[in-house]
Amino acid sequence: MFNAYLENTLVYDPKLCNGCAICVAVCPHNVFEMNDRLAQLVRRQACMECGACQVNCVMEAITLESGVGCASAMIRAALTGRKEIACDC
Amino acid sequence: MIDIGSIKSKPEILPTTSRLSPSDYWAHWMARIGVRRGAHRIDPGLYALGNPGPDSQVFVTANYTLSFDALRVALHGLDCYILVLDTKGINVWCAAGKGTFSTNEIVLRVLITRLNEVVRHRKLILPQLGAPGVAAHEVKKRTTFGVEYGPVRAAELPEYLKTHKATVEMRKVRFTLRDRLVLIPVDFIRLLLPMLAIAGILHFVGGILLSLGVVATVVAGAVLFPILLPWLPSHDFSMKGFILGGLVALPFSLSTYLIHPGWAWWQQTGQALGLLLAMPAVTAFIALNFTGSSTYTSRSGVRREMYRYIPAMAWTFGTGIILTGLFSLIH
Repeated sequence: MFNAYLENTLVYDPKLCNGCAICVAVCPHNVFEMNDRLAQLVRRQACMECGACQVNCVMEAITLESGVGCASAMIRAALTGRKEIACDC
Repeated sequence: MIDIGSIKSKPEILPTTSRLSPSDYWAHWMARIGVRRGAHRIDPGLYALGNPGPDSQVFVTANYTLSFDALRVALHGLDCYILVLDTKGINVWCAAGKGTFSTNEIVLRVLITRLNEVVRHRKLILPQLGAPGVAAHEVKKRTTFGVEYGPVRAAELPEYLKTHKATVEMRKVRFTLRDRLVLIPVDFIRLLLPMLAIAGILHFVGGILLSLGVVATVVAGAVLFPILLPWLPSHDFSMKGFILGGLVALPFSLSTYLIHPGWAWWQQTGQALGLLLAMPAVTAFIALNFTGSSTYTSRSGVRREMYRYIPAMAWTFGTGIILTGLFSLIH
């Protein structure tokens, strides 16, 4: 209750992992850890969908709907009908 | 801007230092309070720090002055190159999210600056937070330069450079009290004028209580909320905002009974209820907008928050305004 962040769009297929560990290197919330020379998804709920792991994974083992978790950008997008990239940061 | 005539000349390298001048500090203050928000940028290109040679390391950053300055200060004492991308004056992380700190921009900037003629090695050190916009393997394929992701914070570069391995702590983004405090002025100053205008109007229409209520509501959302963020109950920013806004509204709501002793009890209660409904809604809305400033909210989560709470904000605000207005006018 009162937690809209329990779920996210992160999907990881460990069968595709080649063990390069770049997902561990780029994740700002330590969502992945290396284990048995493969990446393991250990803190799924901490994912903020920034997309860093996805774009850097050569094996395309990670899929997610990446985007910026910014309400003002989304509200502006909803009001103007444009793509939601416009915020003031 | 590629000057065809200069193609055969030496690659252009701009000078910089690792010391900040008084005018740099002044510019930082202006950036922090939001003066000329989009103008805090430096020219994209290749900069030389100290006395770099063909084997010196290359660090990549955004052309937002606060990003560039944090990097050059952190690299004090090192002879190296700084490759500044054109991110339209936006910091690394936001630019990566918007797609201006990107694979394409790196490829373009490496070509324009003719970096391959300046250095012998083939490695770029990027800030970790640039990663959402950059595919390291793509950069390698298109420029022959490999990408190494450094730590999140430039200040940790000296430690990082000893081993070129980032610790778990270096990899983790934080949102400390200090991080949150520096964000307050920009948001508060943006709301200052509308706040004063509405407070002024309400002062004449409904008296001092209402105008102070407007100020308290905005201060709660834009100042108290960022400070108290981790300690407010629940996970959702909107719910945290409703709770904080409710606490701030309570004394105003109760003051109705003291300030208008001449009113009938139902008039007093009507206005008290109105304030208790309208004020938290606004605080919660400002709080919801702070998701973009935070370092951990996901887009799908924020979207869920919006669907869940914005209707509640609209209803409580609307009902509260009608009640407050009605009972202010009736007397």
